[in-house]
Amino acid sequence: MSDLEVFRQETREWLEENCPPSMRSPVIAGEGACWGGRNWIFESEDQQLWMERMGAKGWTAPDWPTEYGGGGLVKAEHKVLKEEMGRIRARSPLDSFGIWMIGPALLKFGSEELKQQHLPPIIRGEIRWCQGYSEPNAGSDLAGLQSKAVDMGDHFIANGQKVWTSYGDKADWMFCLLRTDPEAKKQSGISLMLFDMETPGVTPKPIKLISGSSPFCETFLDDVRVEKDQVVGDVNQGWTIAKYLLTHEREMIGGMGLTGAGSKTLGKIAAQTIGTTDGRLNDLFMRTDVARWEIDAAAFALTVERVTDEAKAGQGIGATSAMLKYYGTELNKRRFETLLKIGGSDDLIWEGDVSNNGWTARTLLRTKGNSIEGGTSEVQLNIIAKNILGLG
Amino acid sequence: MALVLNEEQQMLKESAQGFLSEHAPVAELRAQRDAGSDTGYSSTLWGQMVNMGWAAILVPEEYGGLAFGHVGMAQIVEQSGRTLTASPLLSTAILGVTAINLAGSEDQKTELLGAIAGGELTIALAVDEKIHHDPMQTAMSGEATDDGYVLNGEKRFVVDGSTADKLIVATRTSGSLGDMKGISLFLVDRTAPGVNVQRTQMLDGRNAAIITFKDVEVTADALLGQQDRGFRALSATLDAGNAHLAAELLGIAQESFDRTLQYMKERKQFGALIGSFQALQHRTAHWWSEIEMCKSVVLKVLQSLDEGDVKSPAFVSIAKAKLCEVAELSTNEAIQLHGGIGMTDEYEIGFFIKRARPAQMLFGDYNYHANRFALISGY
Repeated sequence: MSDLEVFRQETREWLEENCPPSMRSPVIAGEGACWGGRNWIFESEDQQLWMERMGAKGWTAPDWPTEYGGGGLVKAEHKVLKEEMGRIRARSPLDSFGIWMIGPALLKFGSEELKQQHLPPIIRGEIRWCQGYSEPNAGSDLAGLQSKAVDMGDHFIANGQKVWTSYGDKADWMFCLLRTDPEAKKQSGISLMLFDMETPGVTPKPIKLISGSSPFCETFLDDVRVEKDQVVGDVNQGWTIAKYLLTHEREMIGGMGLTGAGSKTLGKIAAQTIGTTDGRLNDLFMRTDVARWEIDAAAFALTVERVTDEAKAGQGIGATSAMLKYYGTELNKRRFETLLKIGGSDDLIWEGDVSNNGWTARTLLRTKGNSIEGGTSEVQLNIIAKNILGLG
Repeated sequence: MALVLNEEQQMLKESAQGFLSEHAPVAELRAQRDAGSDTGYSSTLWGQMVNMGWAAILVPEEYGGLAFGHVGMAQIVEQSGRTLTASPLLSTAILGVTAINLAGSEDQKTELLGAIAGGELTIALAVDEKIHHDPMQTAMSGEATDDGYVLNGEKRFVVDGSTADKLIVATRTSGSLGDMKGISLFLVDRTAPGVNVQRTQMLDGRNAAIITFKDVEVTADALLGQQDRGFRALSATLDAGNAHLAAELLGIAQESFDRTLQYMKERKQFGALIGSFQALQHRTAHWWSEIEMCKSVVLKVLQSLDEGDVKSPAFVSIAKAKLCEVAELSTNEAIQLHGGIGMTDEYEIGFFIKRARPAQMLFGDYNYHANRFALISGY
């Protein structure tokens, strides 16, 4: 048996023993996801056990170095782990902006002290992070941000207002872009800083969205003390790290065009809801809509696969995240428009069992933000035109 | 299998690129058209392609071929979409080889596949009878006699039908319209008595034909495969054809895009390069994204054919439909963004739309394949 086969065997046995049966079903549209952190209320004992066991093994961040508590897996092993988890339909033990965003940035740009301090609690799901990027007057033009941090000798004092802070009211720490040199060209005077959300002067307020939910906050910063050692990379060099993180974010949001494992295809839903005659959907215009969407969705899923394979093989052009973000989010919006048409008037009902509390309508409304957050579709098209096509 | 080209496929792509852009650029197509060529393609060029082994790519080794697979073959086809190269590659080396290899007897394969690989035989596939593709509606009759069959009927949109040595003809030997069972394939000499070929010149300047069959007598060994059971091989042949048409349309879409992008970096209006206008940048970036989708569906369908994946009919229809949509977008945007010069015959960009439309329609357009995909998917 090769080393990889041994690893697969051991992984399979470990998962069999440690993944509670109730954690072996897919998370659909966020239901049942685990975000961890100081304020997290586990929805079940199994959810807590699963997060803690995976966290202790470092498999919440399988490819991070073991010295910070990560899994230390090489690519092939990481793939085996994913396959073995997929085999028993094990859900992700932990959803985390720490793992997806600030962690990779710390690994690439952070000091040894920052890595030692922040990575282990992220991996164990003990600290939940939020992102302080956008401001009321700095959306698509992010580098125009005005919230500032003033050097007070042994610490900084931050003042200003952030907006669209995902789960700001539930997070423990923030990674935050602040202007540290008001005189410099706008991209050159920004720093990336870390602080505890319990620091005096930090006030997150939830924003209610058209979908009725409040996944985002506006966060007010009033004379917030930030320690000198909590600057990631060098002072005034935050924009480089911010761009790196935005690429990560684009890839994450772009993945929304992929219908997750376990979800039914639009065609199946339409056939069950509307019925078929001689193998054809009874509403022929609906049938065209569904087929058009499914063809485009198949093309998108294959494109995600292709650019991943090209990157592994060292081929391709790279820099495809803007295209995937643009296409994937527009596709996701179309998916929910089609779903609502299939669901008919029942799916317009905002509350109650008939519509699962308006799930389709609320999600449709929420998807409208997909092509705005993390850089609007128009910003993605700008990036493609300038960086890939060379149009100035 | 990873969705990337392997080293040998990459090499073939590069050599096809080099050869076709040197020997068969768009100017060659114009020359053929302006000279009123009888064949719609250059026999000299076809001879060179045969010498490079391109006619043998899909032929199994035991019949003198290279067995290099669909992914390999499509690298040539995609390049010939970029250069708009007219040749019997699709009719003979893809459709002919696939049908004979799937349905033919040992004798037929030995005789015919070797001849195709050696450039001694060209083939045309005669399927359509009406103005829209629908092979299950095959009505042309094949009646059994004591020592063979008599064929009667009419075929249209037979690409290379006015030049091919032999025709592969789908006929109904039993059953009724719409039945899969009862369709048989016959090999018929183009010059056989009772076969009347009328060349139709289409907007792409290549050759095609409407062919009538009046009491055409063929012997029993003209049957390709079993009587009444030809649909499976026909369908697989059409799948291969559509996968390669998708690859050709990808070449057309990419070349239309590349030429337009270049033009946007040269053409000035209002004192600025038109590529600096955001309204055009966004259209172009969207267009580019659509072509990226196309690359993925084309590579996937070719790999699925090489692997004999049971899902390949679905991938065929996904790829052909998507490429029909994006080739239409590409050739239309190319003209619009070129402006007035894009409307002139003198400028080459207008040749791409003229080849794209027949390639889109051949063996089923967007609507045909979206419908087929939906049926396969259970709605």
